[in-house]
Amino acid sequence: MSETLLEVSNLSVEFRSSRGITKAVQNVSWSVARGETLAILGESGSGKSVSANAVMGLIDSPPGHITSGTAMYRGRDLLKLSRSQRRDINGKSISMIFQDPLAHLNPVYPIGWQIEEVLRIHGASASEARSRAIELLEHVKLPNARERLRDYPHQFSGGQRQRIMIAMAVALRPDLLIADEPTTALDVTVQARILELMKDLQRESGMGMVLITHDLGVVAQIADRVVVMKDGKIVETGPVTEVFKDPSHPYTRQLLDAVPGQEPFRHVEQKREVLVEGKKLVKEYILSSNPFKRNAATVTRALDEVSFKLHAGETLGIVGESGSGKTTLARTLLRLTEPTSGEIAYKGGNVFSLKGGDLRDFRRKLQVVFQDPTASLNPRMSIFEIVSEPWAIHPGVLPREKWRAEVEDLLVQVGLRAEHADRYPHQFSGGQRQRIAIARALALRPEIILCDEAVSALDVSVQAQVIALLKDLQKKHGLAFIFIAHDLPLVRDFADRVMVMCKGKLVEEGTTEEIFSNPQDPYTVELIAASPHHDPDAHARYGTA
Amino acid sequence: MAYYLTKRTIWSAVSLFGLVVFVFFMARLTGSPVDLYLPIDAPESLRADFERIHGFDLPLWQQFVGFLGGLLTFDFGESLRQGLPALDLVLQAMPTTLLLALYSIGTALVVAIVTGALAAWKPNSIFDRIATVLSLLGASLPNFWVAIVGVLIFSVTLRWVPTSGTGSAAQWVLPVLVLAIRPAGLLVQVARSSMISALSSAYVKTAQAKGAAPARIIFIHALRNAMLPVITVAGDQAAGIINGAVIVETIFGFPGVGKLLIDSIMFRDFAVVQAGVMVTAVAIFVLNFSIDIVYAVLDPRTRGQ
Repeated sequence: MSETLLEVSNLSVEFRSSRGITKAVQNVSWSVARGETLAILGESGSGKSVSANAVMGLIDSPPGHITSGTAMYRGRDLLKLSRSQRRDINGKSISMIFQDPLAHLNPVYPIGWQIEEVLRIHGASASEARSRAIELLEHVKLPNARERLRDYPHQFSGGQRQRIMIAMAVALRPDLLIADEPTTALDVTVQARILELMKDLQRESGMGMVLITHDLGVVAQIADRVVVMKDGKIVETGPVTEVFKDPSHPYTRQLLDAVPGQEPFRHVEQKREVLVEGKKLVKEYILSSNPFKRNAATVTRALDEVSFKLHAGETLGIVGESGSGKTTLARTLLRLTEPTSGEIAYKGGNVFSLKGGDLRDFRRKLQVVFQDPTASLNPRMSIFEIVSEPWAIHPGVLPREKWRAEVEDLLVQVGLRAEHADRYPHQFSGGQRQRIAIARALALRPEIILCDEAVSALDVSVQAQVIALLKDLQKKHGLAFIFIAHDLPLVRDFADRVMVMCKGKLVEEGTTEEIFSNPQDPYTVELIAASPHHDPDAHARYGTA
Repeated sequence: MAYYLTKRTIWSAVSLFGLVVFVFFMARLTGSPVDLYLPIDAPESLRADFERIHGFDLPLWQQFVGFLGGLLTFDFGESLRQGLPALDLVLQAMPTTLLLALYSIGTALVVAIVTGALAAWKPNSIFDRIATVLSLLGASLPNFWVAIVGVLIFSVTLRWVPTSGTGSAAQWVLPVLVLAIRPAGLLVQVARSSMISALSSAYVKTAQAKGAAPARIIFIHALRNAMLPVITVAGDQAAGIINGAVIVETIFGFPGVGKLLIDSIMFRDFAVVQAGVMVTAVAIFVLNFSIDIVYAVLDPRTRGQ
């Protein structure tokens, strides 16, 4: 075992507000050694980020208060340093990267300036900083580093932005890098490359890493040891291989069981009626508002001749990374946007020529559940108003005097309670809100429910519960689902058939078993390979501490 | 950007044209100038002569065509009251108003940015509370009252500055301060709230993680991001002053556009009213144009859109 870099002991942090005291972490202890990667694993609200923020001095006080504990680094307690002593360590000896690099880079300064800044704060001259910035960007493999120094954060892709953040964090060769959900919003193939980059940098410099994440696959892929947190407390700690193979705490067991992608493939019944058929759908967007500058470079094809069939009662999974066109396909299907060409046939007629009552009828049969339940439920409407609103829009489905009983029945069906009808969205957790959105989708007794990343924002254990609910409803009501997701294991568990999309094109289509057991297209192969697996043995190990 | 600016200019020209047409007809709804310029008992022949000389006897559409013809050569006609070209009168008054707007908004901006930034650094501190109360007071005090009380205290009692006129620098102090109070009060509020959100943003957290000192975080990282809403409101306030700080110009005897316009409306001096509206509209258009450019300089995301 090499030397311990940072040792956090008995740390407790609480947040005080007018509504009371929240104990964010209680008596948390962990340590990380040179060259080692420690993962802090937990779901939302587990307090997994709090101890790292305390170490970096990033907890705002008020409302945050550190009530006990020490964080020993090179013989000094980081929690007792003055502000200026802290500033000498931050960015130089201990640095941090975050989730959502777009928000964490200052939008109004060029990226070169932002990398040079950390060097200049810690004493480098302007010219030194400039040449080192180029070196660093080349080191993190940003294409055309020299020319792109003067570009701004919004001109880069998500993965490139995280590379820029990493360049900034390793600029002064820190002893320790803390990474808070560094790959969470990224596509799986991009995630795989970023994790690889972090591991490479660690091997070169021998720095310690603390990786904060909710993703068991990421932990299995790059961490040596893991700390599992729940409700502000550590429930289990140990080497990743041991903890994941033989968890001692029931919560860890539960997390491992909830990881999607472990169920047998769904059996596909043949010869069902075709409900909806998309024929050669094309959607073009014009990027320039200047009508004199319209050419191939300013027109982008979000959908490029995509055709599909949805059968009654089946789940059609649509997978793809950002920019693949999967959301455009959903919006076209919902008739929220008109395609440039192509048609969608529903019961023999073209959806895009439906008008008035026929259009309303189509909308009734096709319902939707969106990704973010906080945004898709009106905060000023009660749950009763939210779930019953579709009946106000579609008169004749249900007489008003039956609304109350039906709302209560729907809430029970989605696993909530009848008395929840009089509450408001903010009184529910993320998973419960998504259940409300599902109840609303069910209200009109649709034939098809479109789920656009409907469980992506939820914790793993909640994801599993919502998927189980959807399967149950499918069995009970014979619903067809269009399940759009970037997370392959989820699709693997829930879909009967899968369409893989890339850059607006349909690259491969087949039964779930065909796609996952025997992918044909190189892109599908890459996508499946990049998807992290929670079994540590499934990964080629990068060397252990 | 060039395409956007060209489009903007063309649309502004269209709305400017609509505006002068509207003003032309609305002004004539107020009645004939004859009643104001000639004695009540003036004989009918004299009234007819007056109308003929100034062209008020022609049918409205002919007057309008003549007016449009004049527009093409920047000829707005002559002032009835002073017998001088209307445009010259307006252009004489304009610099005074523009300077008044520039100084007042400049003062307001400096006060607002410094106060807002400091108040936002520690929300709910003593400084923040005092700044909030004073800025609310500033934003709600009526101009004319502040002007009159200001004259009473600083000119009449203390004799620090003159009561009116535009000759010396000292004569500008009071009008500029009076005009700056309201925008300053408003802008402190805007600057404070946009600084608070900038300071709680993710990129500020990154700066802290880099080891940046508080001054660097406030003035380099947060301030530039927080400036956009401040600039928008400041532009709005400046447009208000350019449009005529009538009350303040009248109290301090400042020969600005606001005073000229009000006097001309009172005397149905149509040519001056039309020229005045046109020139202030162009000034406001130029102002908005400059704000767009400031936006593009401050925020790279708005460039090339």
